[in-house]
Amino acid sequence: MVIIVSIELWMDVLLAVSTVLLAGLTLAARNVFTAIVLYVCLGLLVTIIWVRLNAWDVAIAEAAIGAGLTGALLLMAWRRLNHPVIVPSKDAKDVS
Amino acid sequence: MFRKLILSESLSSQNEMTLLTRCALALVISILTIGLSAALILSPKAEPVLAIEALDKLALSGVENPVTAVLLNFRSYDTLLEIAVLLIVAVTMSTPSNKQMNQSAADTSRWLSVNDAQFVHPILTALLRWLIPLGILLSGYLLWTGAYLPGGAFQAGAVLTGVGVALAVAGRHHFTWHLFIARFVLTVGLIAFVAMAAGNALATGIVLQYPIEHAGLIILLVELAATISIAAILLMLFTQITALPNTSERLKP
Repeated sequence: MVIIVSIELWMDVLLAVSTVLLAGLTLAARNVFTAIVLYVCLGLLVTIIWVRLNAWDVAIAEAAIGAGLTGALLLMAWRRLNHPVIVPSKDAKDVS
Repeated sequence: MFRKLILSESLSSQNEMTLLTRCALALVISILTIGLSAALILSPKAEPVLAIEALDKLALSGVENPVTAVLLNFRSYDTLLEIAVLLIVAVTMSTPSNKQMNQSAADTSRWLSVNDAQFVHPILTALLRWLIPLGILLSGYLLWTGAYLPGGAFQAGAVLTGVGVALAVAGRHHFTWHLFIARFVLTVGLIAFVAMAAGNALATGIVLQYPIEHAGLIILLVELAATISIAAILLMLFTQITALPNTSERLKP
Protein backbone atom coordinates (compact mmCIF):
# COMPACT_ATOMS: atom_id res chain seq x y z
CA MET A 1 0.00 0.00 0.00
CA VAL A 2 1.48 3.28 -1.10
CA ILE A 3 0.57 6.32 0.90
CA ILE A 4 0.96 9.41 -1.23
CA VAL A 5 1.58 12.31 1.05
CA SER A 6 2.92 15.60 -0.18
CA ILE A 7 6.15 16.97 1.23
CA GLU A 8 4.28 20.12 2.31
CA LEU A 9 2.13 18.07 4.68
CA TRP A 10 5.21 16.47 6.22
CA MET A 11 6.75 19.91 6.66
CA ASP A 12 3.60 21.15 8.39
CA VAL A 13 3.40 18.13 10.69
CA LEU A 14 7.08 18.53 11.57
CA LEU A 15 6.60 22.25 12.25
CA ALA A 16 3.53 21.69 14.43
CA VAL A 17 5.12 18.92 16.48
CA SER A 18 8.42 20.72 16.98
CA THR A 19 6.69 23.97 17.96
CA VAL A 20 4.71 22.28 20.73
CA LEU A 21 7.82 20.37 21.78
CA LEU A 22 9.93 23.54 21.88
CA ALA A 23 7.24 25.40 23.82
CA GLY A 24 7.23 22.62 26.40
CA LEU A 25 11.03 22.66 26.63
CA THR A 26 11.01 26.45 27.06
CA LEU A 27 8.59 26.18 29.98
CA ALA A 28 10.41 23.26 31.56
CA ALA A 29 13.92 24.71 31.33
CA ARG A 30 15.44 25.20 34.80
CA ASN A 31 18.16 27.54 33.57
CA VAL A 32 16.99 31.04 32.65
CA PHE A 33 19.53 31.40 29.83
CA THR A 34 18.47 28.08 28.26
CA ALA A 35 14.85 29.19 28.45
CA ILE A 36 15.64 32.47 26.65
CA VAL A 37 17.54 30.72 23.85
CA LEU A 38 14.74 28.17 23.44
CA TYR A 39 12.20 31.02 23.37
CA VAL A 40 14.08 32.73 20.52
CA CYS A 41 14.18 29.39 18.63
CA LEU A 42 10.43 29.07 19.21
CA GLY A 43 9.93 32.55 17.75
CA LEU A 44 11.84 31.56 14.60
CA LEU A 45 9.78 28.38 14.21
CA VAL A 46 6.56 30.38 14.59
CA THR A 47 7.91 32.71 11.87
CA ILE A 48 8.20 29.74 9.50
CA ILE A 49 4.63 28.73 10.39
CA TRP A 50 3.37 32.23 9.49
CA VAL A 51 5.21 31.93 6.16
CA ARG A 52 3.53 28.56 5.57
CA LEU A 53 0.18 30.24 6.28
CA ASN A 54 1.05 32.88 3.64
CA ALA A 55 0.94 35.67 6.25
CA TRP A 56 4.18 37.41 5.30
CA ASP A 57 3.37 40.59 7.23
CA VAL A 58 2.99 38.67 10.47
CA ALA A 59 6.08 36.59 9.66
CA ILE A 60 8.29 39.69 9.30
CA ALA A 61 6.87 41.19 12.51
CA GLU A 62 7.31 37.91 14.41
CA ALA A 63 10.92 37.51 13.24
CA ALA A 64 11.85 41.11 14.07
CA ILE A 65 9.87 41.68 17.28
CA GLY A 66 9.01 38.21 18.58
CA ALA A 67 12.35 36.52 18.07
CA GLY A 68 14.86 39.35 17.68
CA LEU A 69 13.87 42.23 19.93
CA THR A 70 12.18 40.21 22.69
CA GLY A 71 15.19 37.90 22.74
CA ALA A 72 17.55 40.85 23.05
CA LEU A 73 15.40 42.38 25.81
CA LEU A 74 15.27 39.09 27.74
CA LEU A 75 19.02 38.53 27.35
CA MET A 76 19.73 42.07 28.58
CA ALA A 77 17.41 41.54 31.56
CA TRP A 78 19.13 38.20 32.27
CA ARG A 79 22.52 39.91 32.23
CA ARG A 80 21.27 42.57 34.64
CA LEU A 81 19.98 39.90 37.02
CA ASN A 82 23.34 38.14 37.18
CA HIS A 83 25.87 40.93 37.01
CA PRO A 84 26.20 44.21 38.89
CA VAL A 85 25.91 47.50 37.05
CA ILE A 86 28.92 48.42 34.95
CA VAL A 87 29.18 52.15 35.23
CA PRO A 88 31.28 53.69 32.49
CA SER A 89 33.23 56.31 34.40
CA LYS A 90 36.45 58.22 34.04
CA ASP A 91 38.06 56.45 37.05
CA ALA A 92 37.51 53.03 35.53
CA LYS A 93 39.24 54.16 32.36
CA ASP A 94 42.41 55.12 34.28
CA VAL A 95 42.57 51.69 35.96
CA SER A 96 42.36 49.85 32.67
CA MET B 1 -0.65 27.31 45.82
CA PHE B 2 1.25 29.50 43.42
CA ARG B 3 5.01 29.50 43.20
CA LYS B 4 6.80 32.56 44.45
CA LEU B 5 8.52 34.20 41.51
CA ILE B 6 12.29 34.13 41.89
CA LEU B 7 14.16 36.04 39.23
CA SER B 8 17.61 34.78 40.09
CA GLU B 9 19.01 31.48 38.93
CA SER B 10 18.67 29.57 42.19
CA LEU B 11 17.51 25.97 42.05
CA SER B 12 15.92 25.81 45.47
CA SER B 13 13.08 23.34 45.81
CA GLN B 14 11.26 25.12 48.63
CA ASN B 15 8.82 26.73 46.20
CA GLU B 16 7.75 23.46 44.59
CA MET B 17 4.04 22.65 44.71
CA THR B 18 2.77 19.56 46.43
CA LEU B 19 2.06 16.41 44.42
CA LEU B 20 -1.69 16.76 44.92
CA THR B 21 -1.73 20.31 43.56
CA ARG B 22 0.29 19.26 40.53
CA CYS B 23 -2.03 16.35 39.75
CA ALA B 24 -5.10 18.57 40.11
CA LEU B 25 -3.54 21.20 37.82
CA ALA B 26 -2.61 18.55 35.24
CA LEU B 27 -6.19 17.26 35.29
CA VAL B 28 -7.72 20.72 34.86
CA ILE B 29 -5.32 21.61 32.03
CA SER B 30 -5.95 18.29 30.25
CA ILE B 31 -9.74 18.75 30.43
CA LEU B 32 -9.42 22.32 29.11
CA THR B 33 -7.14 21.25 26.26
CA ILE B 34 -9.38 18.38 25.20
CA GLY B 35 -12.49 20.55 25.45
CA LEU B 36 -11.01 23.38 23.41
CA SER B 37 -9.66 20.97 20.75
CA ALA B 38 -13.07 19.28 20.51
CA ALA B 39 -14.80 22.65 20.19
CA LEU B 40 -12.43 23.62 17.41
CA ILE B 41 -12.88 20.35 15.51
CA LEU B 42 -16.67 20.10 15.97
CA SER B 43 -17.56 23.71 15.14
CA PRO B 44 -18.48 24.44 11.49
CA LYS B 45 -15.85 26.09 9.33
CA ALA B 46 -16.21 29.88 9.46
CA GLU B 47 -16.61 31.79 6.22
CA PRO B 48 -14.11 34.64 5.76
CA VAL B 49 -16.85 37.23 5.21
CA LEU B 50 -14.83 40.25 6.35
CA ALA B 51 -11.77 39.26 4.30
CA ILE B 52 -13.84 39.12 1.09
CA GLU B 53 -15.42 42.47 1.85
CA ALA B 54 -12.01 44.04 2.56
CA LEU B 55 -10.59 42.71 -0.72
CA ASP B 56 -13.62 44.10 -2.59
CA LYS B 57 -13.04 47.59 -1.20
CA LEU B 58 -9.24 47.49 -1.72
CA ALA B 59 -9.40 50.02 -4.56
CA LEU B 60 -10.90 52.61 -2.18
CA SER B 61 -8.08 52.36 0.38
CA GLY B 62 -5.23 54.03 -1.53
CA VAL B 63 -2.84 51.07 -1.08
CA GLU B 64 -2.54 47.69 -2.77
CA ASN B 65 -1.50 45.53 0.18
CA PRO B 66 -4.69 44.27 1.87
CA VAL B 67 -3.03 44.06 5.31
CA THR B 68 -1.91 47.70 5.18
CA ALA B 69 -5.35 48.68 3.86
CA VAL B 70 -7.05 47.08 6.87
CA LEU B 71 -4.55 48.32 9.46
CA LEU B 72 -4.19 51.91 8.27
CA ASN B 73 -7.52 52.61 6.60
CA PHE B 74 -10.44 50.26 7.30
CA ARG B 75 -9.52 49.60 10.93
CA SER B 76 -7.19 52.51 11.67
CA TYR B 77 -8.66 52.82 15.18
CA ASP B 78 -6.77 49.63 16.04
CA THR B 79 -3.44 51.02 14.91
CA LEU B 80 -4.10 54.38 16.59
CA LEU B 81 -4.78 52.67 19.91
CA GLU B 82 -1.78 50.34 19.49
CA ILE B 83 0.52 53.33 19.15
CA ALA B 84 -1.11 54.90 22.21
CA VAL B 85 -0.50 51.68 24.18
CA LEU B 86 3.15 51.70 23.11
CA LEU B 87 3.44 55.29 24.32
CA ILE B 88 2.04 54.26 27.72
CA VAL B 89 4.78 51.60 27.86
CA ALA B 90 7.37 54.30 27.17
CA VAL B 91 5.95 56.51 29.94
CA THR B 92 6.06 53.59 32.38
CA MET B 93 9.68 52.81 31.51
CA SER B 94 10.97 56.36 31.85
CA THR B 95 13.08 56.78 34.98
CA PRO B 96 13.80 60.03 36.82
CA SER B 97 16.32 61.94 34.79
CA ASN B 98 18.69 62.98 37.59
CA LYS B 99 19.33 59.37 38.64
CA GLN B 100 20.40 58.55 35.12
CA MET B 101 22.71 61.55 35.01
CA ASN B 102 24.58 60.39 38.10
CA GLN B 103 25.07 56.87 36.80
CA SER B 104 26.70 57.74 33.55
CA ALA B 105 29.65 59.83 32.55
CA ALA B 106 28.12 60.44 29.16
CA ASP B 107 27.00 63.83 27.97
CA THR B 108 23.27 64.00 28.78
CA SER B 109 22.55 67.26 27.02
CA ARG B 110 22.26 65.40 23.71
CA TRP B 111 19.90 62.62 22.71
CA LEU B 112 22.63 60.38 21.35
CA SER B 113 26.07 60.91 22.84
CA VAL B 114 29.39 59.08 22.71
CA ASN B 115 30.81 58.05 26.08
CA ASP B 116 34.26 56.80 26.95
CA ALA B 117 33.31 53.33 28.12
CA GLN B 118 36.20 51.09 29.07
CA PHE B 119 35.22 48.07 27.03
CA VAL B 120 34.34 48.34 23.40
CA HIS B 121 33.55 45.46 21.08
CA PRO B 122 35.98 46.00 18.18
CA ILE B 123 34.24 43.61 15.79
CA LEU B 124 30.77 44.99 16.49
CA THR B 125 32.02 48.55 16.18
CA ALA B 126 33.54 47.80 12.77
CA LEU B 127 30.42 45.93 11.68
CA LEU B 128 28.20 48.83 12.72
CA ARG B 129 29.59 50.97 9.87
CA TRP B 130 27.88 48.56 7.50
CA LEU B 131 24.93 47.53 9.65
CA ILE B 132 23.57 50.99 10.43
CA PRO B 133 23.17 52.28 6.84
CA LEU B 134 21.92 48.85 5.76
CA GLY B 135 19.38 48.75 8.59
CA ILE B 136 18.09 52.25 7.89
CA LEU B 137 17.81 51.43 4.19
CA LEU B 138 15.97 48.16 4.91
CA SER B 139 13.63 49.96 7.30
CA GLY B 140 12.81 52.60 4.70
CA TYR B 141 12.25 49.89 2.09
CA LEU B 142 9.88 47.97 4.38
CA LEU B 143 7.95 51.17 5.05
CA TRP B 144 7.69 52.12 1.37
CA THR B 145 6.86 48.63 0.16
CA GLY B 146 4.09 48.29 2.77
CA ALA B 147 1.70 49.87 0.27
CA TYR B 148 2.18 47.06 -2.27
CA LEU B 149 3.83 44.06 -0.58
CA PRO B 150 4.13 42.72 2.97
CA GLY B 151 5.76 45.29 5.22
CA GLY B 152 4.70 48.40 7.08
CA ALA B 153 5.21 50.60 10.10
CA PHE B 154 5.68 47.92 12.75
CA GLN B 155 8.14 45.87 10.71
CA ALA B 156 10.10 48.96 9.65
CA GLY B 157 10.12 50.24 13.23
CA ALA B 158 11.40 46.91 14.55
CA VAL B 159 14.27 46.87 12.03
CA LEU B 160 15.15 50.46 12.96
CA THR B 161 15.14 49.43 16.63
CA GLY B 162 17.56 46.64 15.76
CA VAL B 163 19.97 49.28 14.46
CA GLY B 164 19.70 51.22 17.72
CA VAL B 165 20.09 48.07 19.83
CA ALA B 166 23.29 47.14 17.98
CA LEU B 167 24.56 50.68 18.62
CA ALA B 168 23.69 50.47 22.32
CA VAL B 169 25.20 46.99 22.73
CA ALA B 170 28.52 48.13 21.19
CA GLY B 171 28.90 50.27 24.32
CA ARG B 172 30.19 53.57 22.97
CA HIS B 173 26.87 55.33 22.53
CA HIS B 174 24.44 56.50 25.16
CA PHE B 175 20.80 57.50 24.68
CA THR B 176 19.23 60.15 26.90
CA TRP B 177 15.46 60.00 26.95
CA HIS B 178 14.38 62.97 29.08
CA LEU B 179 15.27 65.62 26.48
CA PHE B 180 12.61 67.45 24.51
CA ILE B 181 13.79 66.05 21.17
CA ALA B 182 13.69 62.49 22.53
CA ARG B 183 10.18 63.00 23.88
CA PHE B 184 9.10 64.45 20.55
CA VAL B 185 10.45 61.41 18.70
CA LEU B 186 8.63 59.11 21.15
CA THR B 187 5.29 60.85 20.62
CA VAL B 188 5.44 61.95 16.97
CA GLY B 189 3.56 58.84 15.79
CA LEU B 190 0.56 59.49 18.02
CA ILE B 191 0.68 63.24 17.33
CA ALA B 192 0.64 62.66 13.56
CA PHE B 193 -2.14 60.08 13.82
CA VAL B 194 -4.39 62.26 16.01
CA ALA B 195 -3.65 65.37 13.89
CA MET B 196 -4.57 63.43 10.76
CA ALA B 197 -7.79 62.19 12.40
CA ALA B 198 -8.68 65.75 13.46
CA GLY B 199 -7.92 67.09 10.00
CA ASN B 200 -10.12 64.43 8.44
CA ALA B 201 -12.91 65.21 10.87
CA LEU B 202 -12.80 68.87 9.79
CA ALA B 203 -12.47 68.13 6.07
CA THR B 204 -14.78 65.16 5.52
CA GLY B 205 -16.86 65.08 8.70
CA ILE B 206 -15.83 61.51 9.56
CA VAL B 207 -12.89 61.04 11.92
CA LEU B 208 -10.79 58.37 10.24
CA GLN B 209 -12.12 58.28 6.68
CA TYR B 210 -9.54 59.56 4.23
CA PRO B 211 -10.41 61.22 0.92
CA ILE B 212 -9.69 58.59 -1.75
CA GLU B 213 -7.40 60.76 -3.91
CA HIS B 214 -5.01 61.49 -1.00
CA ALA B 215 -5.38 58.21 0.93
CA GLY B 216 -2.06 56.73 -0.24
CA LEU B 217 -0.06 59.81 0.76
CA ILE B 218 -1.83 60.17 4.12
CA ILE B 219 -1.18 56.51 4.95
CA LEU B 220 2.51 56.83 4.02
CA LEU B 221 2.99 59.96 6.19
CA VAL B 222 1.20 58.47 9.19
CA GLU B 223 3.21 55.25 8.79
CA LEU B 224 6.46 57.23 8.62
CA ALA B 225 5.69 59.00 11.90
CA ALA B 226 4.52 55.74 13.47
CA THR B 227 7.71 53.95 12.37
CA ILE B 228 9.89 56.58 14.06
CA SER B 229 7.86 56.42 17.29
CA ILE B 230 7.71 52.62 17.39
CA ALA B 231 11.47 52.37 16.84
CA ALA B 232 12.16 54.99 19.53
CA ILE B 233 9.83 53.39 22.09
CA LEU B 234 11.22 49.86 21.59
CA LEU B 235 14.79 51.20 21.73
CA MET B 236 13.93 53.11 24.92
CA LEU B 237 12.66 49.85 26.46
CA PHE B 238 15.99 48.21 25.66
CA THR B 239 18.25 51.00 26.90
CA GLN B 240 16.21 51.70 30.04
CA ILE B 241 16.78 48.14 31.29
CA THR B 242 20.48 48.94 31.58
CA ALA B 243 19.67 52.24 33.31
CA LEU B 244 17.45 50.67 35.98
CA PRO B 245 18.91 50.27 39.48
CA ASN B 246 20.42 46.86 40.12
CA THR B 247 17.94 44.48 41.71
CA SER B 248 19.87 41.22 41.83
CA GLU B 249 21.06 41.73 45.43
CA ARG B 250 17.55 42.38 46.66
CA LEU B 251 16.01 39.42 44.87
CA LYS B 252 18.57 36.82 45.88
CA PRO B 253 17.37 34.77 48.87
